[in-house]
Amino acid sequence: MSDYRGMWTKLGLDLESHDALLSVLGGAYGDIYLAQKDRPEGMKYFDFVMSEVHGLRIKELMDAKAQGRKVIGSYCVFVPEELILAVEGVSVGLCAGAEFNFAGAEEVLPRNTCALIKSAFGFKLGRVCPYLEASDVVVGENTCDGKKKSYEILKPMVKDLYVMDLPQMKSEMGRALLKEEYRRFIGKLEEVSGRKVTAASMKKGIEIVNAKRQAVKRLAALRAADPAPISGLDALLVNQVFFYDDPVRFTESTNKLCDELEERVKKGKGVFPAGTTQLIVSGCPMAVPNWKLPMLIEGGNAVIVGEESCVGERGARRITETMGDTVDELLEAITERYFQIDCAIFTPNPTRVAYVQEMAKNLHAQGIVHYSLQFCQPYIVESGPVEKALEAEGLPTLRLETDYSQEDAGQLKTRIEAFVERLQKK
Amino acid sequence: MRYAGIDIGSRTVKLAVLEDGRLVLARKAVTSYNPLATARELMDGVEFTGVMATGYGRHLIKGHLDCPVISEITAFARGAGFFSHRCRSILDIGGQDTKAIALDEQGEMAKFEMNDKCAAGTGRFLEVMATALGYTLEEFSAAALTAGKAVNINSMCTVFAESEVISLTTQGVPRAEVALGIHKAIVSRSLGLLKRIAPPGEVFFAGGVALNYCVRSLLAKEMGRPVFVPPDPQIVGAVGAALCATGRQRAADAAGATRAGGVLPFSMDAGGKTTESRCWAPAASKTF
Repeated sequence: MSDYRGMWTKLGLDLESHDALLSVLGGAYGDIYLAQKDRPEGMKYFDFVMSEVHGLRIKELMDAKAQGRKVIGSYCVFVPEELILAVEGVSVGLCAGAEFNFAGAEEVLPRNTCALIKSAFGFKLGRVCPYLEASDVVVGENTCDGKKKSYEILKPMVKDLYVMDLPQMKSEMGRALLKEEYRRFIGKLEEVSGRKVTAASMKKGIEIVNAKRQAVKRLAALRAADPAPISGLDALLVNQVFFYDDPVRFTESTNKLCDELEERVKKGKGVFPAGTTQLIVSGCPMAVPNWKLPMLIEGGNAVIVGEESCVGERGARRITETMGDTVDELLEAITERYFQIDCAIFTPNPTRVAYVQEMAKNLHAQGIVHYSLQFCQPYIVESGPVEKALEAEGLPTLRLETDYSQEDAGQLKTRIEAFVERLQKK
Repeated sequence: MRYAGIDIGSRTVKLAVLEDGRLVLARKAVTSYNPLATARELMDGVEFTGVMATGYGRHLIKGHLDCPVISEITAFARGAGFFSHRCRSILDIGGQDTKAIALDEQGEMAKFEMNDKCAAGTGRFLEVMATALGYTLEEFSAAALTAGKAVNINSMCTVFAESEVISLTTQGVPRAEVALGIHKAIVSRSLGLLKRIAPPGEVFFAGGVALNYCVRSLLAKEMGRPVFVPPDPQIVGAVGAALCATGRQRAADAAGATRAGGVLPFSMDAGGKTTESRCWAPAASKTF
């Protein structure tokens, strides 16, 4: 670790706070991840990535920067990685999942701001996120009101904040807005990178990201097996690393993991006994190291077989069709792909419920846990109708609202256990 | 065969023992800083074939007694069936939680709601408010029942509500009116949970707060339905756990066995009046 201290200092990190953060993260990882039984061998790669998440991976980013490549950080699955790759850029996810320096965040944000936003500010103000500090451009996006307005406050704190507008309705005008915003984003990327986006570079970008998505889709499908060949915690980790890692290496490692899981499924080998209650988690994203809910669920006689979330199927299940040979045609294809994302900022948002039902059917899930972050209006408001619709289709649903703190673990555990007891009676 | 259920709640520990479907022993004690010792004390000298733990401290006990555990939501759903086979809506207001549970036609848990992580609208909230007004819990409920009108308590956060209460009393508002306002606030909060899921019919009211006559009558009035309170509303979870320990015996069967045993609890009509019947007395009880 000490090898990286020079790099961290150069990035402007607060070494003392950063050490404290890494020590907590390392401890939590040991307790939650390494303590699991019968983990696939293929998870060793992801353990390594996590152990070097602020080390080797940051060094790679610094090396890329030294070669003239730009690091583009973002907070949302609406920011197209394909376009970033088309200018030889490196895309990194910046969402944070730890209750770190909330006191600092609350000096600039209202207290009733969701934990995801507060965490991003806590990391920025505490100077502990090397990804954020290494980013040449930070891309914000107009999703929820909380994020939209927070970017105004973030702007003076970062080198180059670029805000992307997003539609809120799935209309022709909404689609046109998204396409023009992506066109504007290409302009920004060309400007900062000094590289031109061409049909060939776009195609290459699309292929790399599609391969990455295909790999996590393959993983998602394997989780239908009973007994489950991989824990929900481990699968979530793969989906989290999706946002940080080198995309080509990530794809290879995930496919290798899937080869092993296929063997497990053939042999009927699992990480939980056959017949364990299978659940889907649907709702807000879970950024590293927000593992509280899956840990409670999998410690409570159930296994998570899918995430209908930005960190999961909502973010990754769609593939960009590489149709067309011009920049505009490819831009159209990318727009088509992203416009289908069923985020709760859209009104109405019917395809989300339909997809949860489809997931439940394909993955043989017995129930849905709807997870909202406290103060996340879009998902909390949507949770009522989603629950109603799912229950009406015979899918028992448990609505939970929580944040990044640990103090409600007991109450959550009670609810989760009661929900699993309800399902086991069926 | 005797089966025990132990419910380690945030404020009290409850022990119930069933023998051939009849409740033969019920004990309670304050949880204290050492719930395990309290539980052991309660179980001292009590004989049983099997035991099941529930409540907040269930996992603590599980580690020490090597017994199975069940969530208190399932325990209350099961326990309610022991005392009444009619109710499909259950409201449990305990020390730090409020739970609303809906049962299906077969008496199995169909759905539940629980308060968020703060203590708003729970037994603990009532305790803090009673203290702020200088009442014991018994006086608090009695005073609220005498009030001609209620002041509106806006804050449901225990900390803020306490300041609000102090502010009201310094303005010269009679404390009985503040007391009634607090009781109304609790009921309105609980109804928010209950109405989301409650099937029609009588409401089964359990947990320590069900001992409060003012909350009982307001609940019946606001809900516009009869409210059934078992003789000892605090023991329901422990009985539910004991039933689960007994095996997969249906709550409905257990209720039948109880009725055969001649136990008739009291219930309450929609007007909030208690319709008293023969009160049930456990074979051995310990009050606190």
